Amino acid sequence: MATEILMPALSPTMEEGTLAKWLVKEGDSVQSGDILAEIETDKATMEFEAVDDGVIGHILVPEGTENVPVNTAIATLLEDGEEAGAAPAPAATPVASAPAQAAAPAAPTEIVSQADLTPDWPEGTPMKQQTVREALRDAMAEEMRGDENVYLMGEEVAEYQGAYKVSQGLLDEFGSKRVIDTPITEHGFAGIAVGAAFGGLKPVVEFMTFNFAMQAIDQIINSAAKTLYMSGGQMGAPMVFRGPNGAAARVGAQHSQDYAAWYAQIPGLKVVMPYSAADAKGLLKSAIRDPNPVIFLENEILYGRSFDVPAMEDFTIPFGKAKIWREGTDVTLVSFGIGMQYALEAAEKLEEDGISAEVIDLRTLRPIDYDTVLKSVMKTNRCVTVEEGWPVGSIGNHLAATIMQKAFDYLDAPVLNCTGNDVPMPYAANLEKLALVTTNDVIVAVKEVTYR
Amino acid sequence: MAAKKPAAKTNVSGEELQKFYREMLLIRRFEEKAGQLYGMGLIGGFCHLYIGQEAVVVGLEAAAEEGDKRITSYRDHGHMLACGMDPNGVMAELTGREGGYSKGKGGSMHMFSKEKHFYGGHGIVGAQVPLGAGLAFADKYKGNGRVTFTYFGDGAANQGQVYETFNMAALWDLPVVFVIENNQYAMGTAQQRSTSSPDIHTRGESFGIPGEAVDGMDVLAVKDAGERAVAHCRKGKGPYILEVKTYRYRGHSMSDPAKYRTREEVQKMREERDAIDHVRQLLIDGKHASEEDLKAVDKEIKAIVSASADFAKESPLPAAEELWTDIYAEAT
Ligand SMILES: Cc1ncc(C[n+]2csc(CCOP(=O)(O)OP(=O)(O)O)c2C)c(N)n1
Ligand SMILES: [Mg+2]
Repeated sequence: MATEILMPALSPTMEEGTLAKWLVKEGDSVQSGDILAEIETDKATMEFEAVDDGVIGHILVPEGTENVPVNTAIATLLEDGEEAGAAPAPAATPVASAPAQAAAPAAPTEIVSQADLTPDWPEGTPMKQQTVREALRDAMAEEMRGDENVYLMGEEVAEYQGAYKVSQGLLDEFGSKRVIDTPITEHGFAGIAVGAAFGGLKPVVEFMTFNFAMQAIDQIINSAAKTLYMSGGQMGAPMVFRGPNGAAARVGAQHSQDYAAWYAQIPGLKVVMPYSAADAKGLLKSAIRDPNPVIFLENEILYGRSFDVPAMEDFTIPFGKAKIWREGTDVTLVSFGIGMQYALEAAEKLEEDGISAEVIDLRTLRPIDYDTVLKSVMKTNRCVTVEEGWPVGSIGNHLAATIMQKAFDYLDAPVLNCTGNDVPMPYAANLEKLALVTTNDVIVAVKEVTYR
Repeated sequence: MAAKKPAAKTNVSGEELQKFYREMLLIRRFEEKAGQLYGMGLIGGFCHLYIGQEAVVVGLEAAAEEGDKRITSYRDHGHMLACGMDPNGVMAELTGREGGYSKGKGGSMHMFSKEKHFYGGHGIVGAQVPLGAGLAFADKYKGNGRVTFTYFGDGAANQGQVYETFNMAALWDLPVVFVIENNQYAMGTAQQRSTSSPDIHTRGESFGIPGEAVDGMDVLAVKDAGERAVAHCRKGKGPYILEVKTYRYRGHSMSDPAKYRTREEVQKMREERDAIDHVRQLLIDGKHASEEDLKAVDKEIKAIVSASADFAKESPLPAAEELWTDIYAEAT
């Protein structure tokens, strides 16, 4: 039976084209792979090959014809032995021009009315003082004891005991199979770790600092974050990328960037940025157990800081649950990571001026606990966000937009964002201070929104 | 390109030749059909056909054992068919339908099958190389004796992460076979215009990784080399490089005007070196099959491919709710 040869789509965007030249004539025998015609698309002139063997019956569209729509019958192809006069077969199945698409369903609603204000640990739990550094180490050690498939890899994590001594003692306890020094190859070892996660392990990848993870960001985003979706749920990357993030002190532009807003933008990643030691521990344990890729942003300046940590076995903190550090009535300060230091200091000083600030630590930036923030803003009617990163496309920008959408009628002043200044980090001590967000910036912003 | 005519091998059974013939033909016919569906607008975006390179995966799959893993680039349809994935599911993914391997959310370049140990389908040139070494890392960690085949192109061989991976794979003795499918072109760039030395298989030397060049139009030679490579890995000796010299007959993707090579060059390869014709000849000459037998195989393959096209057209579009699924895994 004769079949129709259709005007082909030869590029992702082609809708019509010019049939520039026929290279066969009626009655010619053709084999699959032979060039039938030259076709001009919007981009180039391309050769169009036969996909079936047969004899050219009728040429339906003469050469030189312009604007031939894709899928128009341009010739008939006869099977060997068939007469050229044979009627062409009925037009091939009309092309399923994509069935009408309903509007995209709304995102499953993330904002519920009830904020989770339950305490992170039972009242009366004994506490011990610990640095953030020790808390992180303990979290890794506990999870490695509990799951054979958890391992740590990164530069200087094993014999050197960690560039910032976070992995102190882990090599001794777990051996070189599970605590692995890598060469200085961020892109490569991040990719190997993602592959290992596909293969069933639970890697913890330490970046010496997140500045160097830019070398690896393709593997983090394109391979780790997107594979679960692209595989229709078949496989993903249960793993943690962790290390110090943000400005240390006097190390200049290439070593002083806060990546919170970058990673928080990526669906498929979870993003954690703890402030206290208890949160560092509880959240890192949750991160290691989480079946998704988690970006865990630490801070070099906070490593040595001590906090109360609950002395209890298997203490974890869930993602998406902010922590209210101080209750207040006049303004809501929202921050995370080292920004909390400025928010808390500002709240203390503001109290002396008779301004009562509520201070919220987001703790995780993906998911974000919008409920706790909104509930607070509905109470205080004012909000200032605090973060170390740059102002354009900041977490604060996103919160301001969300608060405007969900609590517009409650606002008595615009939401202000305190951020680092929009400059590469300078080296000079005085300039560096000017570039960073400060406690005073927060105080000034609060006075602005409270009209004092 | 190894231009010599492949010598007829005698130490291969008729049964095995028939299997090779069948598997290679399935890939070729499947890809031709995919090209056709693309022309009809049923497949969108980028679609990279494997026509001409069939002997590479078919030969290497013959050297693999159950449980071994494979990972490749966006030119992945052949790899999926060769490791036993269902043509219906592959074709339906090409058309972006619910019945596709990724429920229509991955497309031609991003498909996976946990069951068949196929780890994608990756659209970033070279990214699959460390991922493949990572799969091998996991197998070594678990001590399960498995090997990972990590496929990449001559163009990908110039990515930095490939050499980062060679270093670590050798340092840690990872059981990974790096298969460089040298089809002589990276899009429109001929190998000699991008690659400082023609012998890519020697690029592991400075890491201590053995490598060899293989005639990729001869499925028997590919299988032999694959067996050597796999044996090396399974013995715990670390990675192995196979540079398989092959050729793609079609454009880089469906929208390739192909001005970087002559029609004659392509025609010559097809006529003189075609891997399927080669096995066909061995079957006939060795009296392992008659023309009639082969016609029957052709017919059977055509039916499988047409059924996959029908399935891919009839399978519904994914439900709109699928937009929001598979972004995060739930804790179990
Ligand atoms: C990182 C990256 N750069 C560029 C591209 C665009 N691109 C897609 S395929 C390709 C050529 C790759 O050639 P090769 O590795 O030889 O593989 P082949 O297509 O021949 O199988 C290019 C440049 C890409 N997908 N990813
Ligand atoms: Mg190539």
